[in-house]
Amino acid sequence: MDELFYFIIAKYNYWAALVLLFIGLFGMIVKNNLMKKIIGMVIFQTAILLFIVSIGVKRGATVPILQFSPDKQPLLDATAYANPLPHVLILTAIVVGVAVLGVALALLQKIQRVHGTIEEDEILEDMRK
Amino acid sequence: MMDQTPAIMILVPVFASLALTLIGPLGHRAAYGLLIISIAGSLAAALATMVQVVQTGQAVHYRMGDWIPPMGIELVIDHLSAGVLVLISACALLTAIYSMHTARQDNPDRLNHYYALFALLVAGLLGMTATGDVFNLYVLLEISALSSYGLLARGKGKAYYATFRYLMMGTIGASFYLLGVGYIYIMTGSLNMADLAEILSRPELEASVSVRIGFSLIILGVWIKMALFPLHAWLPNAYSRAGTTTACLIAPLMTKVSVYVMLRIMFTVFSADYIFQQIAWSRLVIYLASAAAVLGMITALSQRDLRKMLTYIIVAEIGYLTGGAWLANTAGYTGAVYHILADGLMTLCLFMAVGAIIYRTGESTAAAMQGLFQRMPVTAGVLLVAAASVVGVPPTCGFFSKWYLLQGAVKAGEWVFVAALIIAGLLAAILFFRLLERAFFGRLEDAVTENGSEKSQEVPRKIRLEEAPLTMLLPLVITGAALFGLGIYTNEVVQYLIRWSMPAGI
Repeated sequence: MDELFYFIIAKYNYWAALVLLFIGLFGMIVKNNLMKKIIGMVIFQTAILLFIVSIGVKRGATVPILQFSPDKQPLLDATAYANPLPHVLILTAIVVGVAVLGVALALLQKIQRVHGTIEEDEILEDMRK
Repeated sequence: MMDQTPAIMILVPVFASLALTLIGPLGHRAAYGLLIISIAGSLAAALATMVQVVQTGQAVHYRMGDWIPPMGIELVIDHLSAGVLVLISACALLTAIYSMHTARQDNPDRLNHYYALFALLVAGLLGMTATGDVFNLYVLLEISALSSYGLLARGKGKAYYATFRYLMMGTIGASFYLLGVGYIYIMTGSLNMADLAEILSRPELEASVSVRIGFSLIILGVWIKMALFPLHAWLPNAYSRAGTTTACLIAPLMTKVSVYVMLRIMFTVFSADYIFQQIAWSRLVIYLASAAAVLGMITALSQRDLRKMLTYIIVAEIGYLTGGAWLANTAGYTGAVYHILADGLMTLCLFMAVGAIIYRTGESTAAAMQGLFQRMPVTAGVLLVAAASVVGVPPTCGFFSKWYLLQGAVKAGEWVFVAALIIAGLLAAILFFRLLERAFFGRLEDAVTENGSEKSQEVPRKIRLEEAPLTMLLPLVITGAALFGLGIYTNEVVQYLIRWSMPAGI
């Protein structure tokens, strides 16, 4: 029991991402309202972003800018610095996510104008006519 | 200048896209001209790069901003990507020329914005093909996906909902890809493809569960993007409700480039040995591919709408491509790569021909085919060539790709895939025979009675020879000729491009 507990606690960031991932996927697949589908999509994307950004965490590390010791020697110890790459990647991925959200909302507006509703079953019924 | 061609190829459409958003007041002719010039520039750069790759026999490595890989992003153009790059830019150029009338018809307002998305999509696809960095690939994948959502949604009416569903599926696919890249990054600390290949081949990562999950997630994401059965549900609606130009641009290219990405991940980042020894489900893929080929063709056979029929043919062709790649032998790989080129041209040709028919008749059901050989002889002739290529009649290129795939399947002993290839070919023959019979022997009067009697006054107008405008006809004929050309030069394509890109271990 203790082992299982530590297994979950030690990697809590992965678990949190996994839970969010499934909440998002559930929303995208099961919900009937297209707006809720979009919310699901955003949660789903955010879960992945959190997952990748959380691997960049390093306790006690400093910003990845070259530091100098008191006698003006550069500190070349790689373990002293945090890895900036996950953050940079996620910054790009956030921008992509925002763009997708924008397009999705624009499409939703168009759907509402054409079909008069954003409920999926009503749209399908409207299209069958 | 020459050593900058990989960057020029991608940047010209990007900047053209920016310029296109601004030149609205100059009118549609300026937008049309700028689009064609920019994509012709891309094609020239792609051809120059291909010549360089073939002459030197080595991949071109281009460091973006002169940052040294694996830290910086590099563009890698080897024998495989060179061929695909030329295919993308050539198909895009032909579609751009073709779009003169159709794009204006579909987008009466703000044509320049439509063309801006067009150029951006081409840039995204070229970038996906040329990049040597897995995260950069994700960004370019989303750039091309976002511009394709924009283009598909210009189809009006029902297209919005179809595009919305495509957006949902596309986002899930891209997110799975990103998640997979995250797993691989955690284990390797690298994103450069060549560097990743080196790190992943080390024995300590061989049995790593994280790497296996990462690989599975990436492949699943790519499968959603390329609409492999049973993940194909978004494709037919999204593509068949789009405008004519959009369908001509997206249908041949998006799925083929996704297949190319699959090949890259499978054989450049990972290796055939790794996939078939470490991944438990790799032997099942061939059954998925067989099911895609047969069920895609059966569904195509049951469609009344011409464009929907073609979209299900794409689903079937994706089955051929996937099967060829997962056969993991020389002939199968050759067939898959060759079929990317052949199927790109075939799909373009079919969509262009059907687009021309819809442009003239205004309807997209099979009834529009009635008496086509009398009304639009050139279009009907090219459609016949494309149909022959899909069925696999020599000397069109479709025959040779199928020949390689069959050879590969027999060599690998995958009899299910052999049967699927033959059955799908026969089904395609039935499908096109039905259509062309109608086009050849069908009388125009029958078409009218089928569509209701109120149109009977239009009969005299319809019997006249009504060929599509020259800007549509010219790309159509070139594509039809290219189907023969690629077929006749199969040996050269295999010898100078595909042989060289053969991954080690298969």
